[in-house]
Amino acid sequence: MPLVKVPKPKFIEKVQRFFMVDLLRGLRLTLKYNIGALTGSDPVAGKGIYTEQYPKVRPDVAPRFHGAPRLNMDPETHDTLCIACNLCAIACPEDCIDVIPLDIEIMVAGKPRKKKVLDEFIFDTSRCMFCALCQEACPTYCLELTQDFELATYSRAGFVWNREMLEQGRETVKYTR
Amino acid sequence: MHQVEIATTQETLLDTPEMVLNMGPQHPSTHGVLRIILKLDGETVIDLDCDVGYLHRGMEKIAENRMYTMIAPYWDRLDYIAAVSNGLVWVETVEQMMGLVVPPRAHYLRTILTELNRIASHLLWLATHALDIGAVTVLLWAFREREEILKIFERQFGARLTCHAWRVGGMPNDAYDDFEADVRRFVSNFPKRLDEYETVLSENRIWLSRTVGIGVISGEDAVAIGLSGPALRGSGVAWDVRKSRPYAAYADMDFDIPLGENGDTYDRYLVRLEEMRQSRRIIDQAMDKLPDGPVNAKLPKIVKPPVGDYYHSIEGPKGEIGCYLVSDGSAQPWRVRVRPPSFINLQALKQMCVGHLVADVVAIIGTLDIVLGEIDR
Repeated sequence: MPLVKVPKPKFIEKVQRFFMVDLLRGLRLTLKYNIGALTGSDPVAGKGIYTEQYPKVRPDVAPRFHGAPRLNMDPETHDTLCIACNLCAIACPEDCIDVIPLDIEIMVAGKPRKKKVLDEFIFDTSRCMFCALCQEACPTYCLELTQDFELATYSRAGFVWNREMLEQGRETVKYTR
Repeated sequence: MHQVEIATTQETLLDTPEMVLNMGPQHPSTHGVLRIILKLDGETVIDLDCDVGYLHRGMEKIAENRMYTMIAPYWDRLDYIAAVSNGLVWVETVEQMMGLVVPPRAHYLRTILTELNRIASHLLWLATHALDIGAVTVLLWAFREREEILKIFERQFGARLTCHAWRVGGMPNDAYDDFEADVRRFVSNFPKRLDEYETVLSENRIWLSRTVGIGVISGEDAVAIGLSGPALRGSGVAWDVRKSRPYAAYADMDFDIPLGENGDTYDRYLVRLEEMRQSRRIIDQAMDKLPDGPVNAKLPKIVKPPVGDYYHSIEGPKGEIGCYLVSDGSAQPWRVRVRPPSFINLQALKQMCVGHLVADVVAIIGTLDIVLGEIDR
């Protein structure tokens, strides 16, 4: 193994070592960063606190973030937008979506006609890999992956979301500062 | 299978018997679930054997039962540190097999984002490699810069690590509103940060004695084993898929391939640092030339490549990552084969380690930059 040669210290360097100048320089840099962390507000430039104070301060995730699934509803009538077309279940690589439709009879212009409506929607978030292929497949913008990222539960059964959970969202404890 | 035979007899009383040491699978410096069986004479490695497969998921077999569009997220999970590059291999293979023409804007955005991913991957490599050797400061610094890139990924793709970045025929979304500002800001800050790493490491006495002359591999041996990426270029072999078979928009870019001389750990470190500078140069150029227009090609309803087979590879951060695809004309591939850079780079471990100390094995695993998700697939 080749050895790395270190040059012999000059006199001035010896004096600097005796008075521990490098240590003081290092402490000055540390102090500079500490004061910057307390006073500054631009953490990328080294001023301000870079870390996030989760869970008391929750990060702002991007609008495109793939998080917890949600079934959107019509904002006025509060009917589901889902038309039970099953496209999301077909698009899912992990096969974690189950769309259970219900055949009902409706009257269209005086004639009875069969129509498929959504009965139950099962979304297994434990197998989901949040690739958002289901969201892209949805023709009515009903199924959407939201910015909610807290998906932990205490049991395996808690990962399986039914229609009610998908529509209303799940309650999580929100801490504040 | 995994047998490392040891000589238990002592010729004289002063002889130390050979010893077998199990390193891993749960070891912080093996970068995943890799088990290395070391045969030691004192503290010197005289033989070793790798035990892989702890993370095997059968991705190639899973791909045979999925539609072409569904396989892309699985590619992200091979080399999860460079998910954007990995996803690009798959979509480009399918696109080229089908003869799809991707719009130039998509090509440029692909170039920018894969280069950002290369920087992120190299930063993670630098952080963990330096940590293995004992430099903790660089870990925190490199993660700070990597965070900026991951934030761009989160805004662009909706996920930070396994992005599912590309779709066959283009991109899921156009660049977000502040994309250019974010990338420009990162690009202008980054060289200063790289210089900081260099002041901490490049002339550090401890760093030099831990890396110079460790894990030497000659250019001929590296080619014979099939190394690629920085591990090969550190030995002075100028092989880069971005230059030799340009994909995406690399044909329009002006950049250099950094080369090492001695093929040791220190040279590979310098090559990777220089690669980050070149990546930054590519991003700068691509941002200047970024054309307007659509980001998606017109796609048939069901993606069905014609009957035949096709091989396509790109230069990932770890090396040449390739995809060999056999299609029988149906909506699902007949066979998908991954050419994993990490697995092939790992084959050089024995040649590099023999004769060095156990502590150097840690440095050599770090310098090969392996990811177990890709080795085991």
